[in-house]
Amino acid sequence: MIAFLIKRLFHALLVMFVISVIAFAIQDNLGDPIQQMVGQSVPESERAQLREELGLNDPFLVQYLRFAINAAQLDFGYSYIFNQPTTEVIARHLPATLELVASATFLIILLSVPIGVYSAIKPRAWLSRFFMGVSIVGISIPVFLTAIVLIQIFAIGVSWTPFPADTAWGAWLNDLVTTEGGMPAYGRGDPVHVIGTWYTNFASPRGLLYLVLPAISLASIMLPLFIRLIRAEMLEVLQSDYIKFARAKGLPLSRIYFLHALKNTMLPVITVGGVQIGTLVAYTILTETVFQWPGMGLMFLDAIERSDIPLIVTYLMIVGLIFVITNTVVDLIYGLVNPTVKLTGKPA
Amino acid sequence: MNPTSAPAGRWTRFRDSYLLYSFKRDVIAQLSLVAFILLLGVAVLAPWLSPTDPYDLTTIDIMASELPPFWIAGSDEAYVLGTDAQGRDLLSTILYGARVSLIIGFGAVALQATLGVCFGLLAGYLGGRVDAFLMRLADIQLSFSTLMVAIVVGALVKAIFGGDTFGAYAVPLLVVIIGLAEWPQYARTVRASVLAEKAKEYVDAARVMGLSSRRIMFRHILPNTLSPIFVISTVQVANAIISEAALSFLGLGMPETQPSLGSLIKSGFDYLQSGSWWITLIPGAVLVMLVLVINLLGDWLRDVLNPRLYKG
Repeated sequence: MIAFLIKRLFHALLVMFVISVIAFAIQDNLGDPIQQMVGQSVPESERAQLREELGLNDPFLVQYLRFAINAAQLDFGYSYIFNQPTTEVIARHLPATLELVASATFLIILLSVPIGVYSAIKPRAWLSRFFMGVSIVGISIPVFLTAIVLIQIFAIGVSWTPFPADTAWGAWLNDLVTTEGGMPAYGRGDPVHVIGTWYTNFASPRGLLYLVLPAISLASIMLPLFIRLIRAEMLEVLQSDYIKFARAKGLPLSRIYFLHALKNTMLPVITVGGVQIGTLVAYTILTETVFQWPGMGLMFLDAIERSDIPLIVTYLMIVGLIFVITNTVVDLIYGLVNPTVKLTGKPA
Repeated sequence: MNPTSAPAGRWTRFRDSYLLYSFKRDVIAQLSLVAFILLLGVAVLAPWLSPTDPYDLTTIDIMASELPPFWIAGSDEAYVLGTDAQGRDLLSTILYGARVSLIIGFGAVALQATLGVCFGLLAGYLGGRVDAFLMRLADIQLSFSTLMVAIVVGALVKAIFGGDTFGAYAVPLLVVIIGLAEWPQYARTVRASVLAEKAKEYVDAARVMGLSSRRIMFRHILPNTLSPIFVISTVQVANAIISEAALSFLGLGMPETQPSLGSLIKSGFDYLQSGSWWITLIPGAVLVMLVLVINLLGDWLRDVLNPRLYKG
């Protein structure tokens, strides 16, 4: 286990090293700090002197080392847009994104486990077929489109009268397809201050209301994937000998399904799931754009739009770190709960 | 496999194949194929089918902007699906947009398949350091999710070239961005089946005969790994189209003057609040339909060919 741990940590460090080299190359080639620091009127000689003082003429390796040492101390310089240290800017935007990802993850777990298990236990039931059908449609809808449709239905409202309104059933059906709208779909509202830069939407009912549509949109992209994954794994597990034996032994079905089978179903789900939570961070960029949710994704796009190189570089490093940490933790958990995993030697 | 009788033999083999048999029995697959061919057809024939040329700025009438589609009061019968905020005929922009989306989708898949198949073959057949390096690279890239890689690379390419140059070469650039972001999917699948094939006797036989590694890889092993490649290709086309739409929606893709379905949705989104839902939702519906039929076909193919796909 120790060898496995060290190997994983070494791997994580290697990945962070690669990311930092890429990030530094971006900073080195795209950002000209002199241009940002001084005005147009400063003569070339002064610029050259400043360049020398800041060490911008040093060899690549020296500059990279300086960058890496600063990065290790979480010092990535100043954001051009906000005129603040980039880490402070990120710290201000991080809670919004994390709350969004947490709510979406909660929805995914809450829905995918029962639906996946049900459609594995009763693969031929019409409800299972319905869920499978919905899930392939769900996979085919890009996350921003789900968000737009939700905004149209629940924030703007739909007034649609395809049925004859003078009959009772027609009026009833018209009412059914017409929605009021009014759900908040722009920004975070007034989140409650918790500590430091952390403002939360979880503290008030109004705040939670602001989370509903973005969280559903973000969850919608992963939900079909998880339902299909859990169903496939569960179907496989239900074929195995120990489940047949448990049945033959006369254990109650609920115990077989939810204790014995589910436990082994969740193993692969943990690995895939952990990686997908990292993927959610990518999808937050899209979700936050649609809902103008003031998180890191929106900030990143803003930084790209205005060529705020230090902020872009910081975002890449922080997101890279989040990905590396989730992947490493997931691998370690998997190694812990599944003793048959190859702990050392070449990764398969 | 006798090459001299191949043409007739292939047709009979196809006619008697399980592939065709299961296709005839699967209504969803048939409908999907019909819908896909229809969409592909109208997209390819867009320049001849569409009522107006959305790229031609002289035909655009700004007074005719934000007209609703035909079933809503206030529509103009010259514009069947209404017009967008700049007064372009929505039907025309959708036809041209679907064309752009499909070109990028297929182009990106062609690129990622080439890269992925070559790297997968090399990694699987040569093993050792090459394998470790390529698969580590694939792992890292996949752990960041293909969309994230595409967004970051897209943002950087745009920052390097500047908005105007990027817009002018958007199609080839997007093909490269999405192709580079998604090759690991192919490489892993190909590598997994190469590892299985490599252990078989025909490969040993070929090696004993003294054939070169390249010949063994491309002429002997590759044909036997085609069915998983075929299956993931359908899904990857759907993914590439969604990735392109996502990039365009973020403003990192096709410019509004040469819109894809994604940039149509983006430009329409600003007018959602003013009640002109059709500018964004009709291209959206077309996009979903396109991706859905490709996914349904992919699902059917996977069930029929049932290759040992790389899990996860």
